[in-house]
Amino acid sequence: MNLKALLKALMGKQDSKDVAKERLRLVLVHDRASVSPEFLDIIKEEIIRVISKYMEIDEGNTVIQMHRNEGTAVLEANLAVKAIRRTF
Amino acid sequence: MGEVIVITSGKGGVGKTTTAANLGVGMALLNKKVVLIDADIGLRNLDVVMGLENRIVYDLVDVVEGRCRTRQALIRDKRYENLYLLPAAQTRDKNAVSPEQMRKLCEELKEEFDYVFVDCPAGIEQGFRNAIAGADKAIIVTTPEVSAVRDADRIIGLLEAAGLRGSRLLINRLRPEMVKRGDMLDIDDILEILAIDLIGVVPDDEKIIISTNRGEPVAAQENGSLSGRAYRNIVRRIMGEEVPFLNFYQNRSLLGRLKKLIGFGG
Repeated sequence: MNLKALLKALMGKQDSKDVAKERLRLVLVHDRASVSPEFLDIIKEEIIRVISKYMEIDEGNTVIQMHRNEGTAVLEANLAVKAIRRTF
Repeated sequence: MGEVIVITSGKGGVGKTTTAANLGVGMALLNKKVVLIDADIGLRNLDVVMGLENRIVYDLVDVVEGRCRTRQALIRDKRYENLYLLPAAQTRDKNAVSPEQMRKLCEELKEEFDYVFVDCPAGIEQGFRNAIAGADKAIIVTTPEVSAVRDADRIIGLLEAAGLRGSRLLINRLRPEMVKRGDMLDIDDILEILAIDLIGVVPDDEKIIISTNRGEPVAAQENGSLSGRAYRNIVRRIMGEEVPFLNFYQNRSLLGRLKKLIGFGG
């Protein structure tokens, strides 16, 4: 990191081009996979419904997102488990 | 047998028409026989960018509907040997031509010309479908902006879906000083995101506007602008030559180099 980048980082400022790049990445993942945020919400609800059969899920602490990893799109689900149901 | 290259972008206003005009002129200056087809029916512009607007008699729709022979509709640019324009119709719409008709026309022109450039309309609808129908290759024009790069990505996907391989990217209107400040996407950023080969980079240049005002593409000026040089290099790359990319980030002054050393303005 050069001095200029360090200064910017210390000031908590990000180059606008880095913001642009990050936004582009995100929007292209959705474009390429034809996945809208609404569609992701539907998937999220369904995943929670299925997992809830076996575990108690903290819905407020659940994040479902798509991102790119080395050229492939990855669907990542992070579910906070409150408890495991005894019946299984 | 020539080659048909479509100039496309998805987003409007990124410089497709200017690119088509300059590549055409650049090619003609290298003694290639070139025809430019304006496929933007209803919004014809390549004629004014080329400065040929007063010489139109027949147009693209006249040709495909058989009102004239192809030969009669081609306007020869008197300033350059071997450069021709097939203008779009202004009073019709994109549906006046079908992909099949465009394919046939391109096949016909390929017989006689070394290069056929098709200036594609903005958008991904019928006009786009027509413009790519007869193409062997595509040049996708984008600018270093989120919206233009996003649309370029969409176009790349559609071209692949249409079976068109070997598309290459032209980054237009790059502003090196903004890239240095970290306020504009750099060439590498765009290539990384789009994962496509680069055919060239054209810097933002007011000479483009001035030359368009006059109807004389910048690539025509021998010792002219940086943008003109960029276009000429692109032309040579299209012809298969290895031409190094222009460096827009030179620090000529001692102060500039010092600044770079400590990280300011590198």
